[in-house]
Amino acid sequence: MALSQAEVLSGLAEIVNEETGIDTSSVQLDKSFVDDLDIDSISMLTIVMNAEGKFGVTIPEDEVANLKTVGDAVSFITNAQ
Amino acid sequence: MSQKIVVTGIGATTPLGGDVQSTWRALLAGESGISTLEQPWVEQYQIPVTFAGQAKVKAKDVLSVPETKRLDPSSQFALIASREAWADAGAPEVQPERLAVEFATGIGGVWTLLDAFDTLKEHGPRRVLPMTVPMLMPNGPAAAIGMDIAARGGVRTSVSACASSTEAIANAITRLQSGEIDVVVAGGAEAAIHPLPIAAFASMHALSRKNDNPASASRPYDVARDGFVMGEGAGALVLETEAHAKARGAKIYAELVGGAVTSDAHHITAPDPEGAGAARAVSAALKQAGAKPEEVVHVNAHATSTPVGDIAEYVALKRVFGDHLKNIVFSATKSSTGHLLGGAGAIEAIFTVLALHERVAPPTINLDNQDPEIPLDVATSPRKLPDGPLLAISNSFGFGGHNAVIAFRSYN
Repeated sequence: MALSQAEVLSGLAEIVNEETGIDTSSVQLDKSFVDDLDIDSISMLTIVMNAEGKFGVTIPEDEVANLKTVGDAVSFITNAQ
Repeated sequence: MSQKIVVTGIGATTPLGGDVQSTWRALLAGESGISTLEQPWVEQYQIPVTFAGQAKVKAKDVLSVPETKRLDPSSQFALIASREAWADAGAPEVQPERLAVEFATGIGGVWTLLDAFDTLKEHGPRRVLPMTVPMLMPNGPAAAIGMDIAARGGVRTSVSACASSTEAIANAITRLQSGEIDVVVAGGAEAAIHPLPIAAFASMHALSRKNDNPASASRPYDVARDGFVMGEGAGALVLETEAHAKARGAKIYAELVGGAVTSDAHHITAPDPEGAGAARAVSAALKQAGAKPEEVVHVNAHATSTPVGDIAEYVALKRVFGDHLKNIVFSATKSSTGHLLGGAGAIEAIFTVLALHERVAPPTINLDNQDPEIPLDVATSPRKLPDGPLLAISNSFGFGGHNAVIAFRSYN
């Protein structure tokens, strides 16, 4: 069964927390990965990889650049399930 | 040397303890850090050596989750040791451009490299972690420390197998003598208790096979010694010009008075049986110290517990010290810690510094029947060192014919 947007957000926040130490409560839909959460490109790639594994989706490499905000990623993952 | 260099901070994580004090207390108590490996891969791959000196405190119990995910275990140990050393030194205020790191490893990120290859084979290239390269590179531990303390005066890694971290400490002298650097964090780390390095060292018959009694397996100078025992962990020292240390009122453990590196060009793994290269390293370190061999009261020996290595070191030291050798108190601390490879010289430097500071040579355990070919005075229980100024050396030798020796004086 596909996960809801809230469930994807929660799962993604856990991945971000494990990779960067950022508190899960700071990982909100309107937050920019780069500007708000200060996530570097190599961490972003790791987060994408872990998200693919966790949610069973494929995030094409040319799509990663479009995932500016947490909301972008949550929408992509929710729709790709 | 043109200006004095002093030790103002020490840090370690070893098979005996998660910090310097617990390690040192266990060492003085004659404990062994060697135990049977319970990991499933020992059985799975039929690894012929089933024990090692595993870090007493797991890195994941000390560091944050992101640190453990982004750092190879060797860098994790390095960070734990360097943070302890830095705090012990009182977190010196130093210009970042005048702060350097000399931090070694023998093998580098072997866990990361081999895990990544397993991932590639099982799951394909898209699952290989983006952090793989910075995690596996041998300069990873040095770079992690440099980031942690904002060292901008140069971060370097010497790689000379089991001589690596003694060489790193010797290299720190050059940096501090240049006048461009005030403080160096120096040392080394290793995290190679992985099935492949164990199988490889076992394949060349370098490791002890005393699977039935791991705590007795590392037995330098004993007639029943049959190879070294792998250990893991790290050691770090904060080294500083005396002027800088005094200006900030730092406590001083000892003075680093000499460091020398030579090479044998004899054989890729076997020591030169004449010990010429090792002897030259000892002599050069003493020359830099402005000391005569007769001043040396204590040696922390390389003494890995291999049949030929222990004798080769004795032969080399006999060349330098002659009859004075009988007056020197020896400690072979790998008997307790196992052999930390690229981290060995660093923890042994710390033991040497503490021996001078507390005026006690740590014991060598498992010496039940001393090899008559190695007639050294080996401390088998904590041995009080004399009053007055003390000079000690710590030796490390590595595959490749690397010889590195550092010399410390007591500080008053």
